[in-house]
Amino acid sequence: MTEMADFTEEMTDGGWVIRFSGRLTLARIGNLHKRLDALEGPPSVIDMAAVERVDTVGAWIVHRLEHDHGATIINASDDAKRLIALVTRSDRQVQMRPEPINPILRVLDEIGEAVTEAGRTLLGLLSFFGSILVAVGSTIRHPSRFRVQAVIQRLDLVGIRALGIVGLMSFLIGIVIAQQGAVQLAQFGAESLTVNLIGRITTRELGVLMTAIMVAGRSGSAFAAQLGTMKLTEEIDAMRTIGVSPIEALVLPRLLAAVFMMPLLGFFSTLISIIGGGLFCWLSLDMPPVIYVRRLQEVIPLTDVWVGLVKAPVFGLIIAMTGCYQGMQVKGNAEEVGLKTTAAVVQAIFLVIVLDAFFAVFFTKIGWT
Amino acid sequence: MINLEDPIAIRVRGVVNRFGSQTVHDGVDLDVRNGEILGVVGGSGTGKSVLLRSIIGLKQPEAGEVTVFGESMIGKEEDEAQDIRRRWGVLFQGGALFSTLTVAENIQVPLREYYPDLDQTLLDEIAAYKVVMAGLPPEAGPKYPSELSGGMKKRAGLARALALDPMLLFLDEPTAGLDPIGADAFDQLTKSLQKTLGLTVFLITHDLDTLYAICDRVAVLADHQVIACGTIPELLATGHPWIEEYFNGPRGRAATATVDRNRQLGA
Repeated sequence: MTEMADFTEEMTDGGWVIRFSGRLTLARIGNLHKRLDALEGPPSVIDMAAVERVDTVGAWIVHRLEHDHGATIINASDDAKRLIALVTRSDRQVQMRPEPINPILRVLDEIGEAVTEAGRTLLGLLSFFGSILVAVGSTIRHPSRFRVQAVIQRLDLVGIRALGIVGLMSFLIGIVIAQQGAVQLAQFGAESLTVNLIGRITTRELGVLMTAIMVAGRSGSAFAAQLGTMKLTEEIDAMRTIGVSPIEALVLPRLLAAVFMMPLLGFFSTLISIIGGGLFCWLSLDMPPVIYVRRLQEVIPLTDVWVGLVKAPVFGLIIAMTGCYQGMQVKGNAEEVGLKTTAAVVQAIFLVIVLDAFFAVFFTKIGWT
Repeated sequence: MINLEDPIAIRVRGVVNRFGSQTVHDGVDLDVRNGEILGVVGGSGTGKSVLLRSIIGLKQPEAGEVTVFGESMIGKEEDEAQDIRRRWGVLFQGGALFSTLTVAENIQVPLREYYPDLDQTLLDEIAAYKVVMAGLPPEAGPKYPSELSGGMKKRAGLARALALDPMLLFLDEPTAGLDPIGADAFDQLTKSLQKTLGLTVFLITHDLDTLYAICDRVAVLADHQVIACGTIPELLATGHPWIEEYFNGPRGRAATATVDRNRQLGA
């Protein structure tokens, strides 16, 4: 075991002498730094004769001592001299931490930042919607620019490949609604009304809403991440310089796919939820499937189906738009892609739920109850 | 057993690296001498970075032996061989700074990891002189990596690589993406730090100017092996077609001319 860095102090005619010994290296420095703060007297000579090895940290400590007390260094090896010269050259006032900010100001700053950010996002979405409309217009004028292949590919990714997970989710939700509903309704002896509950809530609300949440998590996030990565690798800039509009080439196919697939997925989801609920009714409430279907026909008005289906494409539009918009906002580094993807999903789900509330009031007002 | 006085700092013997069916290295032998700057060159895809990763233990080779200061690096997990690991610093190609930490905090990460007892004042002082030593402006300390230019990122990466006062420094294309003035300044910095700190440097580069300016020896990777290793005149004497083309191509000639001109000016 090599010796720890150490020192002794001695009063001589020429003032205090500090004699270092051992290895003045990072690994052996221990608490030398602190002990040097509690010297008995200001050293005027630093003797390095007994020092075995020095690295820049040791040299730094010697340099500080020399600098602070105006001491002279004696018996330093060539290595030590070289390193001390190096750290002396490197001794400049370096700022270590960002300037501390008053906490009250910081809170105010953050609130202000959040408000302007929210406003900017809404404005940005609006202008993004505008540029999408322009792109739609120019695609209608030049139908040859329409990218059929890209749209088909997106339809597959957004729609077909989501069938499994949307189906499974809907099936389970159907069972849960039926089970919870049956327990509550049994208290009034109205278990048979479970059918009304399942039928109406899934067609009007849950089918489309749950699908929208799933699509936002699955495809909205993917849109943001894909476009964000393309933005980072400058693919989108490359497109622009070649003369291809990224809105037409990238955003429109995704948008169309989401708008077109949402009603289909929503309807599929509704259907599977009803099947799930029906299975529960059959197994737990002894209601045969034939009766279940006949009751459904009686209790679900056709307007309920419309209520669900009218909302779906709007939700699809919102999801695709926030996903693509956030993706296009990525700049700088890879961390941004993650942040914007999260923002895309959160905003999409939030906007979908807000709009759903508006739709609920609207449909009630026009009498589709 | 670690032997820091070993005249051969890194010993690579018969290293084989494969990715699936693709062979990158097939029996690579290489010695890095203590206290030298060894440049490693080779065409794209000849596995320069893979060799670096094999040496520092980020990739276990399929076969062969790698020792650093006499200590074998084969079969060591990432958290093993700490004694060796704190004796080297690595500058990755893009700097690989931790993006959520400031430059000063980045430099302090290895210090905190290996020496948790150091007090904050000393940590700050160490980070401060390392910042200046790596040629960064003093106001770079509290900045985040995203606020730095490419050249400054490399310098910050170098400062972090030097945090523990290593004996070995690995540089992966340190001058790639820098303008000629910045690249030259970085070369000079590497050279002067190597001299003052007595470092052994393993340097991967494409930059002919760097090879001429600061490398003591150059190793050439081609055909899955190190086909030659020595000073540039020694390499040229081998007459290998790739080496000929590399050093005598238009860029190679330009670099040679610069070196000759500088020598004449100096003389």
